[in-house]
Amino acid sequence: MKLVYALFTGLIFGIGIALSGMMNPAKVLNFFDVAGTWDPSLAFVMGGALVITFVGYRLVWRRNAPLFGDRFQVPTSTKIDGSLIGGSALFGIGWGIAGFCPGAALPALGTGRWEVVLFIVAVVVGFVLRRLLAKISRAGAAA
Amino acid sequence: METDFTPFASFGGGLVIGLGAVFLMLGLGRILGATGIMSGLVFADNKEEAAWRLAMVVGMVMAPGLIFGLTGTMPAVDVPVSPTMIVIGGVIVGFGASLGSGCTSGHGVCGLSRLSVRSLAAVPTFMVTAALTVFLIRHVFGG
Repeated sequence: MKLVYALFTGLIFGIGIALSGMMNPAKVLNFFDVAGTWDPSLAFVMGGALVITFVGYRLVWRRNAPLFGDRFQVPTSTKIDGSLIGGSALFGIGWGIAGFCPGAALPALGTGRWEVVLFIVAVVVGFVLRRLLAKISRAGAAA
Repeated sequence: METDFTPFASFGGGLVIGLGAVFLMLGLGRILGATGIMSGLVFADNKEEAAWRLAMVVGMVMAPGLIFGLTGTMPAVDVPVSPTMIVIGGVIVGFGASLGSGCTSGHGVCGLSRLSVRSLAAVPTFMVTAALTVFLIRHVFGG
């Protein structure tokens, strides 16, 4: 039941991504191209999503626990460090190069476009590189 | 390449994205972050954690097909960049989002609505670097 529910939330999220225009790199890149063919539509995506999550999360947190679990698991760290800022800066650079972000690319896989598959594979390579680098730097720190 | 300004579809899509995030919090007590969902699947350190993430991704991938079935139109995916750019951008996205612990969905939608200070720092960082990257590629290097 938990897995069916998870599939349902993924489907809703994916429908929202598809309707919003987020899975269209031409639109994403134009959103950032203020000096050129600017299309401000995607600011409305974030606006709409935040309206719902800002209110919805607070209603949900009135419960003691989620439907299929014993507690809510939200990140509690407040540390702003080089990894957070550097990683976010890199993420933005990659987003500006490719025009896809992970949350848009996962539902976009369902369109069957090979470019999306290529992007997802590249993202996974990025994950693996990051993990390798973390291992190397840990080994270096230990030595 | 010009794209149409679609404030209503984008706002509506944003509302639906927010609903997906709220339903995930209600059911599983988790943040809807595409980077976390993908890396939790790729590395699969914990089978149960991987299972709900896989179910979510299956739901996401079903979304474009459902929209096609209902409307007869597949959501647009116009890719104005070369395969090389998709690969380079994708690797940087994967590395950066993993290092920075999130992307547009996790830090953007979920983090901002929780008023997480890390997300309040991360989101402007990646928005600015994405816009700078698009500006450099389109208007300085003339891509």
